Amino acid sequence: MPLLEMRNIVKEFPGVRALDGVSFTLEAGEFHSLVGENGAGKSTLMKVLSGVYPAGTFDGEILVNGSQKNFSGIRDSENAGIAIIFQELSLVKELTVGENIFLGREPSRFGVINWSELYHRASKLLQDLHLPIDPRTPVGNLGIGQQQLVEIAKALSQDARILVLDEPTAALTESEVETLFNILKKLKSRGVGMIYISHKLDEVFAISDRITVLRDGQTVVTHAASETTKDSVIAAMVGREVGDIFPEVTHEHGDIALSVKNLNVYSPDAPEKKLVDDVSFEVRRGEVLGIAGLMGAGRSELLTAIFGAWPGKFSREIEVDEKPVAVNSPSDAIANGIGFVTEDRKRYGLILEQTILDNMTLAALRAISGRIVTNRTREAIAAESQITNLRVKASSPLMVANTLSGGNQQKVVLGKWLLTNPRVLFLDEPTRGIDVGAKQEIYAEINKLAKDGLAIVMVSSELPEVLGLSDRVIVLQEGRVTGEFTRDEATAEKVMAAATGHK
Amino acid sequence: MEEEKKSKVNATALRAYIMIAVLGVIWVYFHWATDGTFLTPRNLSNLMTQMSVTGIIAVGMLMVIVSGNIDLSVGSVLGFAGGLAAFGITTLELPFPQSIIVGVVAAIAVTVLIGVFQGMLTAYFNIPAFIVTLGGLLAWRGAVKWLLAGNTTPISDETFKFIGQGYIGSFLGWVLGALAIVFVIFLAYRGARSVKDYGLGEANYKGALLKATIPVIGIIAFVWVMNSYAIDGNYVGVPVPVLILVAVALLGSFLTNSTVFGRYLYAIGGNADAARLSGINNKRNILKVYALLGALTGVAALVYTARQGSAAPDAGVLKELDAIAACVIGGASLMGGRGTIFGACLGAIIMASLDNGMGLIGVRDFMQDIIKGSILVAAVGLDMMGRKQS
Repeated sequence: MPLLEMRNIVKEFPGVRALDGVSFTLEAGEFHSLVGENGAGKSTLMKVLSGVYPAGTFDGEILVNGSQKNFSGIRDSENAGIAIIFQELSLVKELTVGENIFLGREPSRFGVINWSELYHRASKLLQDLHLPIDPRTPVGNLGIGQQQLVEIAKALSQDARILVLDEPTAALTESEVETLFNILKKLKSRGVGMIYISHKLDEVFAISDRITVLRDGQTVVTHAASETTKDSVIAAMVGREVGDIFPEVTHEHGDIALSVKNLNVYSPDAPEKKLVDDVSFEVRRGEVLGIAGLMGAGRSELLTAIFGAWPGKFSREIEVDEKPVAVNSPSDAIANGIGFVTEDRKRYGLILEQTILDNMTLAALRAISGRIVTNRTREAIAAESQITNLRVKASSPLMVANTLSGGNQQKVVLGKWLLTNPRVLFLDEPTRGIDVGAKQEIYAEINKLAKDGLAIVMVSSELPEVLGLSDRVIVLQEGRVTGEFTRDEATAEKVMAAATGHK
Repeated sequence: MEEEKKSKVNATALRAYIMIAVLGVIWVYFHWATDGTFLTPRNLSNLMTQMSVTGIIAVGMLMVIVSGNIDLSVGSVLGFAGGLAAFGITTLELPFPQSIIVGVVAAIAVTVLIGVFQGMLTAYFNIPAFIVTLGGLLAWRGAVKWLLAGNTTPISDETFKFIGQGYIGSFLGWVLGALAIVFVIFLAYRGARSVKDYGLGEANYKGALLKATIPVIGIIAFVWVMNSYAIDGNYVGVPVPVLILVAVALLGSFLTNSTVFGRYLYAIGGNADAARLSGINNKRNILKVYALLGALTGVAALVYTARQGSAAPDAGVLKELDAIAACVIGGASLMGGRGTIFGACLGAIIMASLDNGMGLIGVRDFMQDIIKGSILVAAVGLDMMGRKQS
């Protein structure tokens, strides 16, 4: 009898079937890796398992030790011995290690906490894992790697029999990864079952007993790690065919529009950690340059830093139209003809309570409306021109942005940047979360803009999109360029291999 | 789609109508409860004068709130600036015109500098506005106590007192009223013509004129009521503080509705990240809006001091809360991005009407505070419920 069995899990969101009949088993003392592209359904599956999506909001069965479970919240799954360590750690930085480990379960009598028992138990737990950490240290004083280990200690203090690790090594140094793996092996020998989600195939193969590949919300294959290869796992991850929604186009390339040399971007939280490491590239007029890579590879950081909007430290040399320019702020970037259709339109792109008109004219307000005094009529004409051009489905430019569908919102953000008359346009996840019809319209627009001589740099997590639109693809892994392919050379397998660091 | 848009547009207009209706109910109630003394030219003239200081500050406060910030220090800054004005006019014993120039310039210059300083701490040093201005609330109150050595400094200069106690006379009132009407009609005409000029269709002059009728009637009614107030048989006309408030409110409306600066404030308050990524210099604009509120606080301090005829160590205590309450009752969101000058002024009138009316009825002091506090919370509560439904 398996420790954990998930049967035919189906989870739907409005318009999307995120999980489409996924089944998954985990044995006691087993190390089972879950791999797949961004958006394949891994995180959704783990949220179903942990009760973040409570029973009833999905179809299918969850059995722990053979008995069926209906979790209505995280508490329930914790009580059933399931602990999840998410990518973003859920520790309270201001509290001590001991307080964090026992948060919400403090040893107490009549509401009075027994501190000596709390710290005694915490230090026993840490010793047990051979962690040289003082339980009275505030968590915020620890490095990310040690915080991760504290999180694991916390899970074990709750007698977790099933431990889920979501990208635990993303922020760790090599020696920290080694410590982590030693601890995981020890837990394994005690019979803890572990589900390991990672983009790094080398790690996956180093430690797993079995590997399951998810794609488009379905289980593609489950193999024993010893019976498969990285190449076949990659093939299974990308196995989808690039559909014909990408028209076959050839772009005429002109002069170099943007050249970036020696781009380094540092984390704002840990100034010594490089998120982008010495990247140089150039893009020509009429060219679409795709930037591929997995989550956390440094793609958005790259665009944000070139645009002058990165909150931490960065350095680079920029030439626009082969002339060196200083870009220290977004307004410098706009003045030099760089536009940036940011990711996450609700957070970075739109002022949701304002109208289409207000949003569209914001980035070029002085040019469109007037240097000091605004002119609504001129603004309306400008907004109307982009509404027509991009076929935004809105009855009036005075519609409020948050009443629009995702696709139309995305078009408003795109329109805002086209109104700045850019020579170089950055697109960060330009079709995330929008329906297929709107996607196609945006693809057509990107091709049209390239044809009109715009240089385009596009970041996308959707591999087919990168392959279908780009004339050239640069692949990033952990902030470094690990591959560069022309349109003819680029295949899903090659890009994915470069993105996972597998040669 | 069409209906969606209409309901959105109407929601804003509806809000304004509801507020005007609420004000009407309050006025009628007080008129009835005071046996007909509330809605007389004399009382309305007093009411408008009473609200002018709060109104002037509320205009600046609204812009700060729209940008997603707050200023708790304005009451103390007002006191400090009033003290400086009195110091320049009386204590320094300068000859006549210089004394007033020194007092007025000192008051405005210092309030602008205080605004720049506090704005800088907020925008460039990332100290939360709440904390910076809470510190200011204490520190500037301390400064005025020090400046006035704890005493009230009387001002005898009649020219200066005119700012707070004067009236402009009925003739000038009608002249200004007529100019305002011409201006309103001109704006309506220009709006209609621009439709044609930009090739968006035919100009609808009739509709434009129709739209202008409500403000025109408002202007006539306002001047007429103010001009009907007689002191010792003389019709005195619009009070100077009210005229200043009207000018400040017009300036505020122009800034928020028709300038790049105003649009940036709404953008920053609505979504600071999106504004920054659209090339807006958030920090510089926040600094500017604090400087502007500072200048208006200076103007309010002059009106207040001139009206009292003296500078006192406790001048302007709690004025910040009146101004914030006026903005919030007028529909501004403390989260930023939402609010209008019109709403803030209506809010100030509603607050002043409650003060004035309850005073006339003889409601005890403590009860007045309890009622005002409850109304503030209830107004915002109802507003939130309305928003959730829509």
